[in-house]
Amino acid sequence: MPDKYHIKTRPVPPRRPRIGRCGVVDWREDCAGCHNCVKRACVFDRYREEANYIRDMREMDALFFQCMGCFSCVQQCTKGLLSLSLNPVYERLGNSYWTPQVIETTWAQAETARIPVSGAGYRGPFSGAGFDSMWTDMSEIVRPTRDGIHGREYISTAVDIGRKPALLSFENGAPLNNLPPLVDIPIPMIIDMMPQGYRLPNLLPIFKVVAERTGTIAIVDFNDWNLLGNELEQYLPGLAAYLSPSSVVPYPSMLKKMRLVEVADGEGLEQRIAGLKDANPSIVAAVRIDLDARGVERSIELAGKPYIEALHLAADASGNELNAENPRFIKDMLRQAHTALVRRGIRNEVTLIASGGIALAEHMAKQIICGADLVSVNLPLLIALECTMCRQCNDGQACRAGICEIDTDYGVGRMVNLIAAWHDQLIEVMGAMGIRDVRRLRGEAGRALFYEELEEASFGKLFGKRNSS
Amino acid sequence: MANSSVKEIAAEQDLPQSTLETLVPQVEVQRVIKPAPPRFRNELAKYIIRRSDACKLCGKCAEVCPRGVHVLKGGYKYFAAPRQNVCIGPSCKDSGHYCIDHCPNGALKMVENPMMKVLGDYRWTSDLILATWKMAESGAPPAPEYGYQYECGNSGGGFDRLRFKFPARPPVELSPDEIDTSLELNRRGDGRPQIRIGVPWYGGGMSFGSVSNVTQLSKARAAVAFNTFTCTGEGGYMERMRPYDEHTITQVATGLFGVREETIQRVRIVEFKYAQGAKPGLGGHLLADKVTPAVARMRETVTGISLFSPFPFHSVYSIEDHKKHMDWIKHVNRRTLVSAKVSTPADVDMVAVGSYSAGAHIVHMDGGYGGTGAAPDIAKKNIAMPIEYAIVKVHDFLTREGVRDKVTLMASGGLRNAHDIAKAIALGADGVVVGTGELIALGCVRCARCESGRGCPRGIATTDPELQNQFNMEWGSQRIINLYNAWRIELVDILRRLGLRSVRELRGRSDLLMHLDYTNDGGEAR
Repeated sequence: MPDKYHIKTRPVPPRRPRIGRCGVVDWREDCAGCHNCVKRACVFDRYREEANYIRDMREMDALFFQCMGCFSCVQQCTKGLLSLSLNPVYERLGNSYWTPQVIETTWAQAETARIPVSGAGYRGPFSGAGFDSMWTDMSEIVRPTRDGIHGREYISTAVDIGRKPALLSFENGAPLNNLPPLVDIPIPMIIDMMPQGYRLPNLLPIFKVVAERTGTIAIVDFNDWNLLGNELEQYLPGLAAYLSPSSVVPYPSMLKKMRLVEVADGEGLEQRIAGLKDANPSIVAAVRIDLDARGVERSIELAGKPYIEALHLAADASGNELNAENPRFIKDMLRQAHTALVRRGIRNEVTLIASGGIALAEHMAKQIICGADLVSVNLPLLIALECTMCRQCNDGQACRAGICEIDTDYGVGRMVNLIAAWHDQLIEVMGAMGIRDVRRLRGEAGRALFYEELEEASFGKLFGKRNSS
Repeated sequence: MANSSVKEIAAEQDLPQSTLETLVPQVEVQRVIKPAPPRFRNELAKYIIRRSDACKLCGKCAEVCPRGVHVLKGGYKYFAAPRQNVCIGPSCKDSGHYCIDHCPNGALKMVENPMMKVLGDYRWTSDLILATWKMAESGAPPAPEYGYQYECGNSGGGFDRLRFKFPARPPVELSPDEIDTSLELNRRGDGRPQIRIGVPWYGGGMSFGSVSNVTQLSKARAAVAFNTFTCTGEGGYMERMRPYDEHTITQVATGLFGVREETIQRVRIVEFKYAQGAKPGLGGHLLADKVTPAVARMRETVTGISLFSPFPFHSVYSIEDHKKHMDWIKHVNRRTLVSAKVSTPADVDMVAVGSYSAGAHIVHMDGGYGGTGAAPDIAKKNIAMPIEYAIVKVHDFLTREGVRDKVTLMASGGLRNAHDIAKAIALGADGVVVGTGELIALGCVRCARCESGRGCPRGIATTDPELQNQFNMEWGSQRIINLYNAWRIELVDILRRLGLRSVRELRGRSDLLMHLDYTNDGGEAR
């Protein structure tokens, strides 16, 4: 049996004070000084930790917000001096898409590499916009699994980037040696370029190592290539140069070592790809298409061209259509593109990479169900480094979370942990669905539940039309 | 199998001597409603009152307050801390008892408790939690003056957007004692016992290990008082549960932990757990630390070794295999009903009809937002459909298949109060299974730390010897009995306002419901 894909992880504690959801407000005044103070009884020993924390504190503005919110001390203090409060810093994290919860869970995964587990039922809204308007399906008695009963270790998350011919041609009993190249990566996720404004220069050398450790590929703008550092030789299989229309082309010696290259959509696409293929026939060239009003159409059009092997469909950071007043969401745009290609019988002629709005492991699974072969991820990896999405760097100011000063070990550790946790969560979802291979998850919309459809099928039938608002 | 001529069998005729020897006299618990005050010193309240040092201790506030918020104990110089949890807030102004206005020195101030932002979440709002505590305390719905919005949560969909269309006057005037809330669980007519529960709900499975002994026994005693059931969950049948055999469901889950012939023979309902709503399609995993000697003994395993319950039953690939399982249980215990607990996949309707064909008396659907002691967050949020959709789908399908009246459909997964119970029944379930509500009654605040470290800091879902001593069985039982009673009062009131004589008449009456996001103009003909 070949080696199983396994990401080696180790706990990487945060550099900065943790920003938790709530903390205890303690009116010391009027304290009776009880010997059996409720603070001693904290199940999580947070008060002792707080005392230690304050003793070693380096920054005055960083309060201790790691309370677990059980209310026990609040309710048992003899004098009723304690109360719980939401952490205002926590509430201000991120934005409406990258919510404090998303950031918090990403931090936890980057620290521990573990799947987030908690007790009690789901606490969030019934459904929501974007990826929250769908659920994944599961297997049940009538169909325990699609692929037979198997353990988690037999679930494959590997995907291939490139063209998959519908049939093989033979001559004299031997297959014709004209199979297009395929890039095989063990997890349906590659590392994307950071959105404009978040392109911190010291991220690239970290991405390079992360890609090598996890077996995936990091896309790097060829204009920034010099930031990757020297002695790139061993990292080249894990790097994909992004070539804008005006960009120079890498040396053939460099292209020969790379597996994937990404080309911006634009004039002379065919010639540019042909040029790259001349240098390395086994390289796969993906074309990056911005998902604006014409994005989906353009993808469908390009997918029919013989020289296109892979398309990278990129929405904005929150998964929305670019430059649109009422933007469509990436999952819907991908579904549209995927369905159109399936109808034309050319879906396997091209690999679809989706990026934008992939914030959680579940989004990776859902995006694949909606028709992507794999996703391309950027901001979560930055959040893994304790970014708070304050966007100060967008204005060219110094990073408040000090990401510009991190060392490589820390950066690599946190990112690898996050990828490992996402990988494990993908396996959880696939295990529940009874799907053994992530390649078969692609476009399996029949094994997902969509909010609009469920509403229509149950409540629409009973209560008439949905109010348009 | 329907209408077969099997006669109901007495235990003595059926059970082997080895099992008979383990049977013990059953405990009776009276349905007595008495106050079960909150167990914490500082009860959380919606409003807080502050007294400044302008107070001249005149005692006017204590005099005007009919609820006893302000306490000046004899022999004490100063006021004790106000009993904020009985304060009804500014609505007191209407009756002229607003202490803030009466204070001659302006020493009192009332504010909304800022801690309410921390308590609760979208599904269980702080009002819902406070109202549930009130019900568990008094045994009746909270007085309207408290102003709790507890009929639904704030999740923005499903039950939270459904409302009953109450007529201005009930079509039939009924008194509360004319209204019947009981529910028949065996509709197959197969000669097995015609078990009737007094209220259309029973307690969900919580294993020894996931919750404390005291919690389990409190649930069991409430089940006895209301002639309904509680469920052991996976993880064995505690000896202490034996006096409650008649009201206990034992679970056979994929790990088969603690399942023995004797445990199956002692109960009146056996539940097959195929999946759990909070983690559908995933197995269970009891961490090594939690496998204490007691847990290991119960589960017949080794101390300190993690226990996995796989998914699915590795012997069930099809409905035929499922039937084989059912037949096995039915053979081992000829007096028991069989329930199949399933989750809610896209084809939940096929699952339900399949379970029925395999011989289940009860199909228990656990929706995607159901409770758990520990589950991956990704599973809780994303796998399988919410129960509201599943009820409609399955009720409809079973009706069209012509078997709706042959099977009891129980729904669970995010049902929080009597209104949710009534809505679920109106959508098409026969009854429901509740879990989280009972834990809230015992003082749960939904901090979601059931699984971490020593377990639940509130002493409910833990086996830590120190933590689980926070409350005793008498108090716990009374809280759940009170909660059940309050729910029953509310349910009866809903039925009365709708002019229905029995909860069974409510089943499938979705015409009595409206959805706030829909036109509600009749939809398709029913």
